[in-house]
Amino acid sequence: MRKETKWILIVTMLTLLVSLVGCQSQQQPTGPVTIRVFGMDQAAMTPEEMKAIADEFMQKNPDIKVELEFAAYDAMHDKIITAMASTPPSYDVFEVDDPWYAEFVKAGYLVDVSDRITDKMKADVFKTAWDVVTVDGKVYGLPWLLDQKYFFYNKQILQQAGFNEPPKTWEELIDQAKVIKEKGLVEYPIVWSWAQAEAAICDWVTLLYGNGGTFLDKDGKPAFNNEAGVQTLTWMLQTMEDGYTNPASISYLEEDVRNVFSQGKAAFALNWNYMFDLANFNQQESQVTGQVGVALIPVFKKGAEMGVVSSSINGSMGFGVAAKSPNLDAGWKFIEYLTSEDVQLRYSAHMLPMWQTLFQGDNLKKLESASPAAAVMASAFSAQFPYANVRPRAAFYPEGSKALQLALQLALTKQKTPQEALDEAAAKWLELSQK
Amino acid sequence: MKKQETLRQRDIRTAWMLILPSLLIILGITLQPILTTFILSFFETSQGQIVPTEFVGLSHYFNFIKDPIFWATIKRTLYFTFVSVALELVLGLGIAQLINSHPPGWKFLRTSLIIPWAVPTIVNGFMWRWIYNADYGALNGLLLQLGVIKHYVPWLIAPQRAMNLVILADIWHTVPFVALILQAALATIPEELEEAAAVDGATSWQRFVRIRLPLLRPAILVALVIRSVEAFRVFDIIYVTTNGGPAFGTVTISFLTYLETFSYGHIGNGSALSFLISLFTMGLAYIYIRFLYRPEVNP
Repeated sequence: MRKETKWILIVTMLTLLVSLVGCQSQQQPTGPVTIRVFGMDQAAMTPEEMKAIADEFMQKNPDIKVELEFAAYDAMHDKIITAMASTPPSYDVFEVDDPWYAEFVKAGYLVDVSDRITDKMKADVFKTAWDVVTVDGKVYGLPWLLDQKYFFYNKQILQQAGFNEPPKTWEELIDQAKVIKEKGLVEYPIVWSWAQAEAAICDWVTLLYGNGGTFLDKDGKPAFNNEAGVQTLTWMLQTMEDGYTNPASISYLEEDVRNVFSQGKAAFALNWNYMFDLANFNQQESQVTGQVGVALIPVFKKGAEMGVVSSSINGSMGFGVAAKSPNLDAGWKFIEYLTSEDVQLRYSAHMLPMWQTLFQGDNLKKLESASPAAAVMASAFSAQFPYANVRPRAAFYPEGSKALQLALQLALTKQKTPQEALDEAAAKWLELSQK
Repeated sequence: MKKQETLRQRDIRTAWMLILPSLLIILGITLQPILTTFILSFFETSQGQIVPTEFVGLSHYFNFIKDPIFWATIKRTLYFTFVSVALELVLGLGIAQLINSHPPGWKFLRTSLIIPWAVPTIVNGFMWRWIYNADYGALNGLLLQLGVIKHYVPWLIAPQRAMNLVILADIWHTVPFVALILQAALATIPEELEEAAAVDGATSWQRFVRIRLPLLRPAILVALVIRSVEAFRVFDIIYVTTNGGPAFGTVTISFLTYLETFSYGHIGNGSALSFLISLFTMGLAYIYIRFLYRPEVNP
């Protein structure tokens, strides 16, 4: 090989190498910046709506380019963890679920934005929404989605079974389910999201608090394995054995619940706000359009006697900026736009605004006329939200929750009794909390 | 003589320089993470961060070895591995024989065989999840129309059945791979051998057991090792189809590693588990090679 050729080769290789290594360290403070935003493709706003909002934002802010990425809820937590491992992180802005805040703040993923919160925001946004994004008195991002589970029922099936009113207690629901099943209207009157996932915990907390139970006691120790908890889980198992609960619920997530209900194969279902619009108005997604009713989530008789009016689960989420992101200001600007009153009012078909001012006076009329779904869900929200229960906020939450998911599934598949299964989960929770 | 040596040395040097960039990249993206993982497996890390905080020696490893959940998971993983690989080999061998006997349309068969294998595992997982769905799945629809079942069956709610159904989905996906390897090997076996045996009065079963099978041994070994190692580390199809449920019934060792590392944020534990997986797969490969690899029968 000739000497020149060799040198050319070496130089080419080195250039290649240097350019490869150089890819990482390009950070220009000036000129247009690109922010990568990570959100949820399930419940709340659809990716199409999010894209439309991002387009509006980019038109108003030509110096910022927004790249959106979505994942189903169950993949989000773990995707965020992997994304935050690199510097700069793969996402500048990401959506955070209520029970993850403690963990993410401890891991240093989120930037403290306490001094960016304006007085108007503080006054006009629901206080509960601020609880979601606040850890130890500091604010980590803006609340965005105020969601909870609602009780949906199929009006037509109930009428055919001879009922004019939806049930107020779970016992009443079983009485109605009995008639619905006997008349052959549907095989399994109620469908749940009891798969081995966070979805199961959401249904569980709803039922538990409706039975007068609590997740933790006053000292922060697990209380879900006490009498109320065991009774609740036993009831869940019983409804499955009696054929009122769809047995496939053990493998179902919220989307499965929506599909089964939308096919007219269930008379009752718990789900997030987004299901109402899709099931009641969207003919491509639903065979039961116009038949969907929404009511307060029932409680158990025992809970009602203790004064529990209704019980739901708080499934609120917020958006935060990654602490290591080089584009803090651009990221914050986007979140501000995404959560602004105007945007939340215009995109209210699948989620309701977090601005309490929009639920008052003339603004409420504006909200109710913003979409056919909001017309119904705005008042349903105001009625249900006072009874939305919050899951514990602990840095070890994902692991504790997984132990509880396993317990529910062990009992529902009859490998353990409800008492044994819940005791084990409680022991695990205690062990994690003492680490 | 001396000049020739320097030429050779120069060639070697040029060769090194040519492969150096790619070598660096390969080392960077494989060796570095492996080493980091290995080091992390001896440390406690702060939650969700790849920053070691406290040296704990082998305690992550010992904790797992003492943990009944770990062994239950290993048992499930071995079940998945043995059942899926055994069925894949039997089915794969059958299909390979069929193609090799050149029935009408065998070329079309061989080409269409690739399709299940070409489907990405994630897509395959989603497909089977829909097929198995209790309320609107194709499997229930089909069985009901055939009159096999009277009511829709919720397939994925019993742990053992869910595991078997995930295995079925995996088999559908990977049988083509095994079949193609074995078919390629079958095609190289000279016909004269079997003809001679047939003349000597050997039955077709005897010809299969005495001639084809021994000659196929190297190909079977290759398929066995590749598939066993892959099956032992199975993750994506489980993540999509059952997400480890019901009641941890389909949690395999890779899934447990994923839970520890990314869901719970125990990077040290996850690293230790990854290395335990490597040990197990190396053990599997060793057993196969020790008992199946016999150089003297290689053609």
